Amino acid sequence: MENLNIFIRSIFVDNMIFAYFLGMCSFLAVSKNVKTALGLGAAVTFMLVISLPINYLLENYVLRAGALKWLGPEFATVDLSFLSLIMFIAVIASLTQLVEMAVEKYSPSLYASLGIFLPLIAVNCAILGGSLFMQQRDFPNILTATCAGAGWGLGWLLAIVGIAAIRERLQQYSNIPKPLRGVGITFIITGLMGIAFMSFLGIKI
Amino acid sequence: MAIQNKNLLTLFNPVSKDNPVIVQILGICSCLAVTAKLEPACVMGVSVIAVLAFANVIISLIRKTIPTNIRIIVQLVVVAGLVVIVNQLLTAYQYDVSKQLSVFVSLIVTNCILMGRLEAFAMANKPWPSFLDGIGNGIGYALILIIVAFFRELLGSGTLWGVQVIPQIWYDHGYANNGLMILPPMALIVTGCIIWIHRSYNKDLQE
Repeated sequence: MENLNIFIRSIFVDNMIFAYFLGMCSFLAVSKNVKTALGLGAAVTFMLVISLPINYLLENYVLRAGALKWLGPEFATVDLSFLSLIMFIAVIASLTQLVEMAVEKYSPSLYASLGIFLPLIAVNCAILGGSLFMQQRDFPNILTATCAGAGWGLGWLLAIVGIAAIRERLQQYSNIPKPLRGVGITFIITGLMGIAFMSFLGIKI
Repeated sequence: MAIQNKNLLTLFNPVSKDNPVIVQILGICSCLAVTAKLEPACVMGVSVIAVLAFANVIISLIRKTIPTNIRIIVQLVVVAGLVVIVNQLLTAYQYDVSKQLSVFVSLIVTNCILMGRLEAFAMANKPWPSFLDGIGNGIGYALILIIVAFFRELLGSGTLWGVQVIPQIWYDHGYANNGLMILPPMALIVTGCIIWIHRSYNKDLQE
């Protein structure tokens, strides 16, 4: 029940885009049509779901103060938490590389459709942000961390597909003032969507 | 003289014409999340200027020895190292602000401004121009941060840098703070408006 709650909250209330502005750069750059947006969203979700549990284990068994106790009592005072940022980004960068190779080998069609987005995910703030929030919030166990990761990923997917659909229509049916075209209007629409998403605040299951 | 001019251009172009946030659309993520108040916005701006300038210099110094295949990882490690230093300094000397900024200082690592400038400029230029480019882009970024934070704090809390500027008498006559400005979505809308104004003066940037 607790996990379900965190999952739902991560999708709607703690939405990566509308509440924290993470992964904004690719959100603005790749939201011109629904199909590519869907591909990128799926890739981000997948990366979040696998990187969060791994970083959770890393945080709790290597990096945190006293986490190395399982090696022996003399390690109980070691505190490696200052290394966490570099470790997280290294894990994410290498996972991206691994996933890229695996996808290329086993599913060439998916690889072709994702194309450039896979390597770009390494520098997507939403993924690193997920790990950092996990560290900040002290999730009780690995399942909770995974649920939160899945929720954040789905929330991101929802947001990018939504904005891509709006932008597709916008191009056809609207007459926007010239200086506002392109990026400007996207910012404002994202803001309005964010306000709409705020009505989910306080959801409890 | 010509070289001097070129350096000046590298320094000042990113402030308005080639601004990293509103023209190149880089580094939006962190830019918007820290702008509810003026103080964290300034601290964030200064941190980014420092990290960007030094990362540019370091990458520019070793640009000829980095193998192209692994350059992204090398860049990430350099940036991450610098960010850890900034983070530790902030926690030591500006504890309150660093609590407000929470994960966003760490997220400078994945700030697209850094990767973008390292890839586009530092990999192809000498250390001194790279340093100026880093400072220039950092200032451009900080400028937008400060403008957005100025309006959000003024209209949202009626204060600037924590000091009340809206006179009490206005409140007595029914003026109220616009609570919406504090909320995250307004940062996007304010930035959208800045882009609007900026582009209506720079017609060549319009789409």
